[in-house]
Amino acid sequence: MRQRASHRLSRASENLIEWTIRLCGWSAIFFVFSILFFVFREAAPALGDAGLSLVEFFTSSNWRPDSTIQPQFGIVALLAGTVAVTALAMLIAVPAGLGAAIFVSEYCGSKTRETLKIVIEFLAAIPSVVWGFIGAVVLNPIITQATGAPIGINVLNGAIILALMSVPIIMSVGEDAFRAVPDTYREAAVSLGASRWQIVYKVLLPAAKNGLLAAVLLGVGRAVGETMAVLMATGHSVAIPHSVLDPVRTLTATIAAELGETVEGGLHYRVLFVIGSLLMLISLAVNLTADLVVKGIRGRQNV
Amino acid sequence: MQTTRTRRLSLVACLVSLTFACGGGAPQNGAPGAAPASAGGGSATVVRITGSDTMVNLVQAWAENYRKTKPDVSVQVAGGGSGVGIAGLIDGILDLAASSREMEAKEIERAVQKNGHKPTEYSVALDALSVYVHKDTPIDAISLDELAEIYGDKGSLDKWSQLGAKVTGCSSDTIVRVGRQNSSGTYVYFREAVLGAKREYKLGSIDQSGSKDVVALVGRTPCAIGYSGMAYLTPEVKALKVSKKKGEPGVAPSNETAMNKTYPLARALYFYSPGELKPQVKAFIDWVLSAEGQKIVKDVGFVPIGGPSS
Repeated sequence: MRQRASHRLSRASENLIEWTIRLCGWSAIFFVFSILFFVFREAAPALGDAGLSLVEFFTSSNWRPDSTIQPQFGIVALLAGTVAVTALAMLIAVPAGLGAAIFVSEYCGSKTRETLKIVIEFLAAIPSVVWGFIGAVVLNPIITQATGAPIGINVLNGAIILALMSVPIIMSVGEDAFRAVPDTYREAAVSLGASRWQIVYKVLLPAAKNGLLAAVLLGVGRAVGETMAVLMATGHSVAIPHSVLDPVRTLTATIAAELGETVEGGLHYRVLFVIGSLLMLISLAVNLTADLVVKGIRGRQNV
Repeated sequence: MQTTRTRRLSLVACLVSLTFACGGGAPQNGAPGAAPASAGGGSATVVRITGSDTMVNLVQAWAENYRKTKPDVSVQVAGGGSGVGIAGLIDGILDLAASSREMEAKEIERAVQKNGHKPTEYSVALDALSVYVHKDTPIDAISLDELAEIYGDKGSLDKWSQLGAKVTGCSSDTIVRVGRQNSSGTYVYFREAVLGAKREYKLGSIDQSGSKDVVALVGRTPCAIGYSGMAYLTPEVKALKVSKKKGEPGVAPSNETAMNKTYPLARALYFYSPGELKPQVKAFIDWVLSAEGQKIVKDVGFVPIGGPSS
């Protein structure tokens, strides 16, 4: 009798837990959609406003949102800044991150692996404002002295900082991708007399291709969305860069720097939300691509 | 086996969504313009001041000293820029906005529409907005015309050699323009005073978020020129003498030249209140304008408002 009661109780609590968990899972979707809805709702009225021409928005590099003469909302320079910093950051971070992933998963012993993983993942835990500070105070004079550039907070500085911030992501996702390659592949390659590097180059890289691409795209997503560090390290200067030593300003930094002074509901406020929507669409595209690519791997492995 | 895995996955999803929930629901204490957290507890009377970054050290010093005279009043200070303060005043979340520029007609109109009162202006200190260069730069004076050609749209000056200077440590000869972000009152004041009402800034300046950041960056960068409040002078930079026209003798920023307005970039620093004053806010402003309050202005490095008391 008592046994049956306790059985019933445990069943009820199991049900409760299951429902709580289910609610948690669904709430993630709810939050994502609420955020999307909120950002688009704040941005939408700007699209019908006479003060914002979408042609100017996408073709002009004049960003003077608070001009008392004629406000101008052209994001070309800001977009160029985001693209330049992200591209250079990936040029540094992808080889470094994938190299680290290869070393950690294929070359080193288990003790070194654990140490390395902890240290590299610690990089991911450093707050972005600290990174920005390192860029503005430590890297700035080094870059000025090494290159003779007039100022050391520029594309190169921002890219180095962003690269350091995305290496941990690229490394840990990349390592998972290498680990997902079945050991039978390695064993087959070894039995054919392949060297360690031949295994990596001829067997593992092609087999883990999709996972590695996903790792890179997640790194890109991190770099595009980063705000505080690039605000401090890139110079925050509205100009299309002609070299990696030119200062730039990114889309995210513009929102962070200007949202506080805008009056709620004003045109400047709404245009910043239009930029926010654009950024969300970019990250959505990057994340979706990463997801589809990862699905690609799973599909193939099941076959 | 399969179900355990699903469970584990949904547990992860749960944790992730909880994190999201926390992130989304947390009060935006760090956001510029948000009212600072209460320091004195619920019962203390509070004066909330937000705005000018130029004035933030000054207002902080006032707040700390005011506590000694009136321990029951807590003055809460936040920066962000004059634009942030004025936006907060219009939105009705502040007792006082600190501003290093005058409110624009459009902003006053918006405040009247929203709150039904015209904001009241108080000049609380004077500043000689200084033009800073690296301490090794071999020039000592600059004219407003030259500044306009350096900072203004389509301006003709972008090399130090055009000013007749060979700057050590600046092999590229480029003049690096350091400025402020557009939420800054100093940014707006400098545009009006140097470029006039009809000229835009040249894009491509290095826009810093704080007065101190401008001076720190100029101190680290031999090619740079920047503008900031006079109280932010450091040994790494020097403040140039400024003349109205090229050829005229330059005037150094100082107490006297700010007070007698011979320095071309002398300006007032303001508090703005919404139309009606709470008694504790009025008491605070009276104290700020008293001899005791104005002595602190001098200690911080700005210029007291001219008057019998100072």
